[in-house]
Order: sequence, then structure tokens, then C-alpha cells
Amino acid sequence: MAGSTLASPTASVPIAAVRARPFSPGREAWRRFRRHRLALASVVILALMVLMVVLGPLVWRVPINDIDFTARLSPPSWRHPFGTDDLGQDLLARMLYGGRISLAVGLAAMVVAICVGVLIGAIAGISRGSVDAGLMWLTDLFLSLPPLPVLLLVIYLFRDQLKDVFGPEVGVFILIVVVIGGFRWMPVARLVRAQFFSLREKEFVEAARALGASTSRQVARHILPNALGPVIVAGTIDVAAAIIAESTLSFLGLGFPPDIPTWGRLLYDAKDYLDFAPHWALFPGAAIFLAVLTINFIGDGLRDALDPRKVL
Amino acid sequence: MSAPLLRVKELEKRFAVKGGLFSRDREWVHAVDGVTFDLAAGETLGLVGESGCGKSTTGRCILRLIEPSSGEVWFEGKDVTSLDGSELTALRRDMQIIFQDPYASLNPRMTVGAIIGEALTIHRLAKTPREYEERIVHLLETVGLNADHLRRYPHEFSGGQRQRIGIARALAVSPKLIVCDEPVSALDVSIQAQVINLLEDLQGRFGLTYIFIAHDLSVVEHISTRVAVMYLGRIVEIASARDLYTAPKHPYTEALLSAVPIPDPTVKRQRIRLQGEIPSPIRPPSGCRFHTRCPIRVLPLCSTETPPLEQKSTGHWAACHLRG
Repeated sequence: MAGSTLASPTASVPIAAVRARPFSPGREAWRRFRRHRLALASVVILALMVLMVVLGPLVWRVPINDIDFTARLSPPSWRHPFGTDDLGQDLLARMLYGGRISLAVGLAAMVVAICVGVLIGAIAGISRGSVDAGLMWLTDLFLSLPPLPVLLLVIYLFRDQLKDVFGPEVGVFILIVVVIGGFRWMPVARLVRAQFFSLREKEFVEAARALGASTSRQVARHILPNALGPVIVAGTIDVAAAIIAESTLSFLGLGFPPDIPTWGRLLYDAKDYLDFAPHWALFPGAAIFLAVLTINFIGDGLRDALDPRKVL
Repeated sequence: MSAPLLRVKELEKRFAVKGGLFSRDREWVHAVDGVTFDLAAGETLGLVGESGCGKSTTGRCILRLIEPSSGEVWFEGKDVTSLDGSELTALRRDMQIIFQDPYASLNPRMTVGAIIGEALTIHRLAKTPREYEERIVHLLETVGLNADHLRRYPHEFSGGQRQRIGIARALAVSPKLIVCDEPVSALDVSIQAQVINLLEDLQGRFGLTYIFIAHDLSVVEHISTRVAVMYLGRIVEIASARDLYTAPKHPYTEALLSAVPIPDPTVKRQRIRLQGEIPSPIRPPSGCRFHTRCPIRVLPLCSTETPPLEQKSTGHWAACHLRG
């Protein structure tokens, strides 16, 4: 009876021949991601935007605070491709500079939100009973707080102390990132907790338990890697939300100091001149719109690429 | 007979279910309710019964994947239910499990090599990377796969191949007892035969002891030396496979056996049809749990007194008032 089960003529393939096999889930995910045209185009556009804000100021060497009253509110021209503001400052230079901050805030706030969310969700998801209940209570508490008034309060309370310690730019950056990230981790935590609840009962996790794997090993090797797909997607959406939140804060005049031209700040300054200088608001608005849109499309593409049930 | 490898005594597992919205009383699902049996080394005990009768829970309680509510599980003279920490980890090397669903039992994000090798890492069974890889390749070959499969991912395999990977993972720690939790229920009939043959072959080669959980009675008859029939969390009959299949002593077993299809359309036989649904394990029937569906006339005793598992003939135990 063994003859029929162990009939494998290739059973003696040497180990060395196996190493060359190129398959990996990362590669497979990339192959699947490339099928998503919109996401791929978004990656190209976002990469261009990042490249522009990083390298742009080195190429476009107009200072961001060079006041020229002879060129007030001038529409786009060869001298000022994005036009100028009410002080005659070059908008392209200001946007390239401000884009660094806006994109950095978006990404950093996402990292904060994901780290806090995954940590809290994982702890709640793996421990039953009172720890889980307590952490979910905390999550619900944060969800029920109205974000804007609390943001304003926190910024009002801590802005000056942080400025004293880290300087105006870094201090405000840390504050804004922490505040925005601190108000966006709850959905991630719930997502991770739900994933943990379902994965914890999966047979492959039970198999690891049967083999004697410690709880930390079960989490690190089996549960977390399988829970991260939806988290990555939620993260990309968070980047967009954080850029918008920073814009909101700057728009209310509570973000970075007025002389630092983030995209949200530019929009805020432009609001009084919408009638006779629409370009001033259009360009930063379009930049935010494009960043948010591309990041959301990338999130969509990642979600599809990481879902093995989807045939791509 | 020498001391059994495994001795299960009055094993019980209750799950709490919430009462009503304002009720403070908790209700309990009696998934496993006083299961007792012995298992000698090298034996295969088939565990059969309807869905929800507690077969899988029994298997998992023995392995301590589910904590039993009460009762004792003795394995090689140690009480499994009292072990903890490093003793429990050590026990994991002696007892393993093979799962029903070959698609859910392998981590989709790990290579086959990593899945099988995890046991070697946890128990530090390989001293060098070379030995680690050699042992994995050896395990793969043992279950009829080959070294070529080492760096592939589970989704590249068929159901039968995946089940072989699951078997190789269980074998990695060289266990003495393997709980096979419906290992072939999710497979095609032809693949079922291959996996059954593989399990029998491995039993011969490594002297394994199996607890074989299934609901397919013909599969169980083929592989088991003894068979236990469960109903609502209790063993109602336990006997050697031949005795149980030729001369069942419990009406429930008779009904189950009459439902096994005979691959011959000319053979006519009397089917025993059980009336009604399996009762709720939250409020199991009083007395004999089977009396509400019993096809033969019921004594008044049946609904008042729980029949004990009695030896009706040599090695043939059944729990029924009606059958002497």
C-alpha cells in the first residue's frame, strides 16, 4: 500500500537546485499590483511629486520669502510658473518647500497612527477579558472625542513648550504629527483586533500552538503577517487624511508658523483673494487633491494585490 | 496488556454561553461530558459521531489546545492536564495533530520549508542550518513530496499535497501520538485513499498511535483497530472495529451503520431512520441522552437514569439499558 503513496520519481532532487526558485510573495504582490493601472499611474505621479519637493528647491532657486511688490498677485508666467501671492512671493518655490512638510506630516502621522493602532489592537486581540475590554473602552473614548476642539486645545497647551525645546519648525512638526496620529489610530486598532480575533482561531495558528510556539512567536510569525494587508490599506488612507488634517489646522492658523508655507497654509492665505488671484488657491489645492487621490488609488491597488483570493 | 500510552478519564469540557439580556445565570454547552477510554501504543482509535457531538473537542482537550474543564488525561504516566510551561512544551513533542482543512491549516505567508522547520526551531532539533534543511527535505520525502517543494508556498499545492505538508509538520517532532482531526474529510475520494495509505504506512514505520476523528464510517473501519462512537459529548459504544461493525450493541451505532452506503445497487436493506434533530447540548435530555430519538421501545428507566458504559462482551463496551 505504500507504493501508491510514495510514488515520486523526483524525490532525490539535490538541495542546491532548489535555491534558484525566484518565487516570493513580495514579487507576486508586485506582479499583481502592476495589473492595477490606476494604482501604477498613481505611484508614478506620487513619486514625481516626492521627487519635485525633495529636489525641486535645488533646481528652482527662487527664495520662498523674496518679496517683490511689483509682481503682486501676478498670474502664472514664465518668470513665476505658478504665479505670485499678495507679497509678490513666488508660489512655485513656496509650494516646493511646503510640499516637503505636508507630505512628511502625512507619512509621519500615518506611521504614528499605524504603530499605535497595531500595538493596541494586537494587545487587545491576543489577550482576552479585562485587558481587551479596557483597551476597547479607550478606543471608544478616543472615537467619541470631537477631534477638532481637542486638537485646538492640545496645540494651544503644548505648542510653546515644544517650540522652546525643539525650535519652532521641528517642535510644531512633532506636535502636529503626534496630534494627528494620536487621533487616527482607533480604526487601525479595531481592524487589527478584529483580524487577530479571526486569525487566532485559524488552524495554522492552532498548529503552531500544538507545536509549542510561544504566544509572541504565534503573533510575530503567524498572526501579524496575515493581519497586515488591511492595515497597509488603512494606512494609505490615513496619509491622505493626515495631509487634509494638517491643511485644516493650517487653514485655522494653528499649524506651522505663518511664514512656513505648507500646502494647507497657502490655501488659507489664498482664500481672501479667490476672486482676482484664483491661481494662488488652485495650485496648492490641486497638489493636495492629487496627493490624496494618488495615495488612495495606491491603497486600492495594494488591497487588491495583497488579497490572494482576487485573481489578477 | 501493558500500561496504555494514553488514558482519558472522565474528560469534560463546558463552554459558557450567555443567558438572556438581564439574566445572571450562565448556561453551559456540554461539548464533552465524561469521556473515558484507554489507548495502547500502536493502536488506532476511530472516533465517530454526528457533527457537534464533541469529537474534535475531545481531541483538542487531549492535546491541551482547549483546556478541559475537568477530568484527567494521562500520557505515559504524566497527567497532561496538570502540566505547564516547559513540561507542556516538552509534551508537544510527543503529541501532534493533523487538521481537517488543508487550506486553513498552513500559514499562507510561510514557505513549506519554514512551516515544517518551525517545529525544529522551537524544539531546537537541528544544530546546523545544513542539518535543518536536510531534516526538512527528509520529512518532505517521507510524506511523498520532494526537496523541490521546499521553497514554495502553500497556495501552489493541491489539497492532497497540502495535507501531506500538514502531516510532515506533525512528524517533524517525532511524536508518539497523533490526533487526526478528520484528515481526509475535505479531500476527493481518490486522494483520501492516498492520504489514508500514507497514514497507515507512517504508522508502520514510526510506530505511531492515532486517534482518528471522522464521520465517514467506512474510512474509520478501514484504518482503526478500535472505534468509539460519540453522541452528545459521551461515548455510547467502544469496541474493536470488527466487533463494532459486525455486532453493534447500541441502537445509535446501529442507526449510523445502517446509513453507510453499500456500493451495490441490488442489495436492499432496512434503513433505521432517526427521528428529529440532535438535542441541544445546552439542555441535554435526562437519563440516556439518546432516548428522545431511540428507534427501539424505550424503558421508563431510559429517561431517568443515565446508562453507564458497561462491558457487554469482551472488550466491547456500550452504554444502553436495553441491551444486555
